[in-house]
Amino acid sequence: MRHIISILIENEAGALSRVAGLFSARGYNIESLTVAPTEDETLSRMTLVTAGNEQIIEQITKQLHKLIDVVKLIDLADSVHIERELMLLKVKTTDETREEIKRMCDIFRGKIIDVTSKSYVVEMTGPSDKLDAFIAAINNDSIIEVVRSGPTGISRGENGLRL
Amino acid sequence: MELTGAQIVVQCLKDEGVEFIFGYPGGAVLHLYDALFHQEDVKHILVRHEQGATHAADGYARATGKPGVVLVTSGPGATNAVTGIATAHLDSIPMVVISGQVATPVIGSDAFQEVDMVGITRPCVKHNFLIKDIKDIAETFKKAFHVATTGRPGPVVIDVPKDITDPNIKIPYKYPKKVSMRSYNPVVKGHKGQIKKAVALLLSAKKPMIYAGGGVILGGASKQLTELTRLLGYPITNTLMGLGGFPATDKHFIGMLGMHGTYEANMGMHESDVIIAIGARFDDRVTGKLTEFCPYAKIIHIDIDPASIAKNVKVDIPIVGEVKPVLETMIALLKEGKNKPNKKALATWWEQIATWQALDSFAYDRDSEFIKPQYVVEQLYEVTKGDAFITSDVGQHQMFAAQFYHFDKPRRWINSGGLGTMGFGLPAAIGVKLAHPKADVACITGEASIQMCIQELSTALQFKTPVKIINLNNGYMGMVRQWQEFSYNSRYSHSYMDTIPEFVKLAEAYGHVGMRIEKPEDVRPALEEAFAMKDRTVFMDFMTDRTENVYPMIEAGKGHHDMRLRVAPGTPIDRELA
Repeated sequence: MRHIISILIENEAGALSRVAGLFSARGYNIESLTVAPTEDETLSRMTLVTAGNEQIIEQITKQLHKLIDVVKLIDLADSVHIERELMLLKVKTTDETREEIKRMCDIFRGKIIDVTSKSYVVEMTGPSDKLDAFIAAINNDSIIEVVRSGPTGISRGENGLRL
Repeated sequence: MELTGAQIVVQCLKDEGVEFIFGYPGGAVLHLYDALFHQEDVKHILVRHEQGATHAADGYARATGKPGVVLVTSGPGATNAVTGIATAHLDSIPMVVISGQVATPVIGSDAFQEVDMVGITRPCVKHNFLIKDIKDIAETFKKAFHVATTGRPGPVVIDVPKDITDPNIKIPYKYPKKVSMRSYNPVVKGHKGQIKKAVALLLSAKKPMIYAGGGVILGGASKQLTELTRLLGYPITNTLMGLGGFPATDKHFIGMLGMHGTYEANMGMHESDVIIAIGARFDDRVTGKLTEFCPYAKIIHIDIDPASIAKNVKVDIPIVGEVKPVLETMIALLKEGKNKPNKKALATWWEQIATWQALDSFAYDRDSEFIKPQYVVEQLYEVTKGDAFITSDVGQHQMFAAQFYHFDKPRRWINSGGLGTMGFGLPAAIGVKLAHPKADVACITGEASIQMCIQELSTALQFKTPVKIINLNNGYMGMVRQWQEFSYNSRYSHSYMDTIPEFVKLAEAYGHVGMRIEKPEDVRPALEEAFAMKDRTVFMDFMTDRTENVYPMIEAGKGHHDMRLRVAPGTPIDRELA
């Protein structure tokens, strides 16, 4: 099963490689990984998407906890949560397709943020499957480039992952 | 007090109470070596290869419980230390390794003797640091020693670039009194509710087993384990790492378990209905085939490392905490409570165990015309009155040592259990001897293992660490040969050496005493003679039976109840060797 693990980690050189190294050394799989400093500059927040059975996920969270730089973590899959991914997508446009792509974009609540005579850049956020659906809806031949951030997430309600 | 970076490093070691530092100089650590030159509190032990430094520090740590400290230069000095760091890591041994690094401005430029030590060691340390500012030295050292010695112990590497120790830059020095790390707070006490449940389950057992590992020794909980076991009257087995954590001569002890454990310990585990694992991690050499492991048992697991729990085997009652306080709580609950162990069931269980013990699974041919390796270890046990510190290398001799030297005290049995590092024994023995100069220290080894760190014989002479080397020389990598005999139809692929050195001459060349023992009747007198030479390192080359195997054996992929036993004792051995 797919899990989203949210990690607060000391914002120090090498912290990311400790996490990445743990996954490769123990043969766990990383589907995606996003990381950025938090409002407290000494901390980074990492969102890691992985998959595995219950026993593997338990080991992953325990092994992550064991890393000295890891301060706190939660498995978002354990609770009700919201997840979002950012996608930037560059498509070829022609006089015939321009309108159609614009309409698709509106339906998916995306924004066109760059326009040339031959292309659009579309910005879209949402759960990963919505982004998948948008890609599937666009003619594959017209896609020039897709950039996805990987999902990030937050739990619902008043509680949060913080120190 | 204004000090240079190099002086700060040395002062940090003094403030940590470090007695010995095991090391080897080189370009990147010259400033550090100069700072060491000006003082006498921290004694530097010059090894002959950096692997030896880490093993010696490791032996010192295992024998004392204090962290072993190592100093190596950058590049090859650092990489040579890696095997010893990984060895300490797999056995959870507290160690602090200071490695030199090229100066910060040239890091990443493939400078002379540059390797990314922090990167290389990341998977085999508890934690590591790269110091980038002289102001960070003191705090980093404080953290390093704290991390290495608390929680589940382990090695910590501190990579120190050369410019950080520049003799021209001085700053005020103050060693932090306390360390606080928001990301590192190991659990000490176990959950009381879980402990209560565990006690209730233990008391309900009809066929209980206590399975105790190295965590008991690391956690200083031998006394508590002994008290608990005697209070319950339950049988106890130790892992290879746990030997000495419970007195081997106590009637409750039914021997080591696992791949080369006793028949009774493994059968006991297999038939048991309640197992309490104490400071043990269900290693594959202990469990055998996981799907057949302890099929009838409910399992209690006490471990300081949450990640050890349910890693290989699902447990019913996990208790995260230090072994000592958890056992203390258990003992108190047992004493307070009205419930007592089921005496009748226990008597039946002990009867069952006695029938397994009657099989005498360690029996060997005592009438052989050859020296049996088991016999050498037995005689060593008697000559040293069971009170020596025994280090070992890795292979058959290690198993014979574990089977036939009965350890009654913790920290006496010093071997590389997790990583299985050949070459560990001799340098480790030097570290042990430095820690306990008056004690008998013996390294049980084989002619293959000993050659992996034989250069440390020179260190033993320079630093006057008279250890006894018990070389069980069968002309083979015995354990490899045994597996090849069992599993590869006796195709002894590269497991023997045609050019084994004359160890007597070699020992003499290094300035020690060499002895070659070829007949069983000479074993005892030779050992007595060697141990009488208190101030000499003696290399005892025992020419042992080339065909001897370690029994019993759980072959790879088999369960505890599926042991390969020796053919009936006394049956002539007619195996042809290459």
